[in-house]
Amino acid sequence: MTTTALKEPARETSPGAAREPRRRTGRIRRLTLPYLLLLPALLLELLVHLVPMAIGIVMSFKQLTQFYIRDWGTAPWSGLDNYRVSVDFDAPVGKALLQSFGTTVGFTLLSVGLCWLVGTAAAVFMQDTFRGRGLLRALFLVPYALPVYAAVITWVFMFQHDNGLVNHVLHDQLHLTDKPSFWLIGDNSFYALLTVSVWKGWPFAFLIVTAGLQNIPRELYEAAALDGAGMWQRIRRITLPSLRPVNQVLVLVLFLWTFNDFNTPYVLFGKAAPEAADLISVHIYQSSFVTWNFGTGSAMSVLLLLFLLVVTGGYLLLTSRGRRAADA
Amino acid sequence: MRRIRAAAVGAVTLSLALAATACGGGSSTGGGSNDSPKTLTYWASNQGASVAVDKKVLQPELDKFEQQTGIKVKLEVVPWSDLLNRILTATTSGQGPDVLNIGNTWSASLQATGGLLPWDERNFAKIGGKDRFAATALGSTGAPGKDPAAVPLYSMAYALYYNKRIFADAGIAKPPATWDELVADAKKIKARGTSPLGAEGANLSENIHHVFVFAKQHGADFFTADGKPDFTDPKVVAAVKRYVDLMAKDKAIPAGDAEYAQNQSVSDFAKGRQAMLLWQSVAANLKSQGMSEDAYGIAPVPVISGKPGGGTQVNSAVMGINIAVFKNTHNLDGATKFVKFMTSDTEQKILNTAYSSIPPVTSAQSDPAFAAPATAVLKNTLATSAAALPQVPSESQFETAVGTAVKELFADAAAGRAVTTDDVRAKLEKAQQQMPAA
Repeated sequence: MTTTALKEPARETSPGAAREPRRRTGRIRRLTLPYLLLLPALLLELLVHLVPMAIGIVMSFKQLTQFYIRDWGTAPWSGLDNYRVSVDFDAPVGKALLQSFGTTVGFTLLSVGLCWLVGTAAAVFMQDTFRGRGLLRALFLVPYALPVYAAVITWVFMFQHDNGLVNHVLHDQLHLTDKPSFWLIGDNSFYALLTVSVWKGWPFAFLIVTAGLQNIPRELYEAAALDGAGMWQRIRRITLPSLRPVNQVLVLVLFLWTFNDFNTPYVLFGKAAPEAADLISVHIYQSSFVTWNFGTGSAMSVLLLLFLLVVTGGYLLLTSRGRRAADA
Repeated sequence: MRRIRAAAVGAVTLSLALAATACGGGSSTGGGSNDSPKTLTYWASNQGASVAVDKKVLQPELDKFEQQTGIKVKLEVVPWSDLLNRILTATTSGQGPDVLNIGNTWSASLQATGGLLPWDERNFAKIGGKDRFAATALGSTGAPGKDPAAVPLYSMAYALYYNKRIFADAGIAKPPATWDELVADAKKIKARGTSPLGAEGANLSENIHHVFVFAKQHGADFFTADGKPDFTDPKVVAAVKRYVDLMAKDKAIPAGDAEYAQNQSVSDFAKGRQAMLLWQSVAANLKSQGMSEDAYGIAPVPVISGKPGGGTQVNSAVMGINIAVFKNTHNLDGATKFVKFMTSDTEQKILNTAYSSIPPVTSAQSDPAFAAPATAVLKNTLATSAAALPQVPSESQFETAVGTAVKELFADAAAGRAVTTDDVRAKLEKAQQQMPAA
């Protein structure tokens, strides 16, 4: 592209001015063609992502209750009322939202931390070749490959109070609890949710870290071994620093997925999640679909979007600055 | 060059097509038409033991309808967990079925959305008039004073189903008629190591149906006469506590039932692991799970004292399914014809027999098929001691908010925590705060 652009002015001085317009159209054509080819993708992106988001933002300023859903246009504008209700932390709606937000933050931090830890550990152990490595790797990826609904409903069966596998093992066989525990209702539901989330999420971390490990030159390890570095030191001084860019993206993606996860809590608990495991996505769903108030639900979603934007922006800013400092 | 031009043309065409579909996706909010007179889409609710059972029951009838009218009905049986959401989505987008089943308790809520065809005199005339239907069933078709949003299709009532063998083993001669008797019987049954009474503690709708009846028996209502939520009325609090106490204090309902939401208590009863079940028109379901009709008895739901009747002696909500026409239908005439067909005497007999429900069409009720003792209890309950759930626009929200409160109280009881009057009041207060202000 650059070469043609450079050549073109030189040719303009050459004789044959009659062919000039055609050549210019040719240039325009060549310059616009890439954009033209991008256009369908751009429009699809608009259609699939941006238009629904824009509609959601518009909805958040409307009083969109069951009386108006048939014809949105007639729903009265409510200004900032929906937002005011959502962030009024003294009133029940705001208080519940704040509580759900806190639960979600705690849950996300724990889940991402554990997913990363388990995934990285497994990837590091799988780094050296041994018999059956391929088989194990494939096995590790199964939770990630299973359809979410099928996987989570299996967990629901296992967590059942009366005939669940979990209680059978913990209570009947190991006698760790004095009576069978409830996992799907009450306070334990948080741990049930965390377990399923980590079980479902760590193979992705494993996959990404395994890919990242392929890029670390073997010589580094050999040199370190010659210098007398042990396993732990090799991991700390070579593996982890080399994985930095991979981890940066991995943690961010895991964070966004976990924070927004809807399927897992919904399949585990149904439409009314127990308070201990009331994640924000289900909470917003309840505030809009179940109570038929789509305006407030949209306002909460917009607030969530803003929060995630701030976190993502801050995270990228911090990590890239950190990396630049490290690189310097 | 030619190839590049082709690519450019292709890109532009694709973009234009995308833009056009994006613009065309808007909802049409017209009042229904007769654009496609030869087909209908019907969303049926899941009445049988499974979606497959329903298809088997309904398809022959739909074929009959096609023979009579030449209109092909596309059937989709929608599970209960999805039905309300699907209807909401259809209402919002304007793209939905032509005819659909709704839970009769949703009538007023869905009526408020304006998505369903109102059944005024003229529309009722097309299906044989309003007088064909029982008054109790018509009481659950929408807010009072408005044209009904739907037409009654199946009527159901709660009853107490009890396992005859377990009762005999425990030395109980007759089914309990009051709650005190039920609690006393439960103790005898429990002493022999069997679970006395089943419940679906995590099923919001089930919770609502029960606490509604308990509230009636305590002489209270969840809504004031002008339709405002009044969940913290001391009598309402006492009523909800009475229901939860069946698990918390009386231990009649086993703790494990607190997490039931998929009709596990029906299976427990069908398999003979549990002595009693409070359920609506469950005979066909029990049969499909392999429980013989001789194995269980059926009695009216207990009351506090005395006999079932009106006022504080109510012992069931008016349960049932209504059939509605979606306002945006493309085959208005066909949809009306289909409702007429489904509410005809013949179809009413066939379908209500298959689902062990009661026909809301009075002329079909006299059929001997509905005179068996089991059906008689249900029929009698509907006629004399059932009350309609509040017909207010916020009924769906009420089911969710209060249903969740009861679910949480059951969870507390199951975990072994004491459930006090204050706990119940606090949960109900929270539920009331979640209700729409209007």
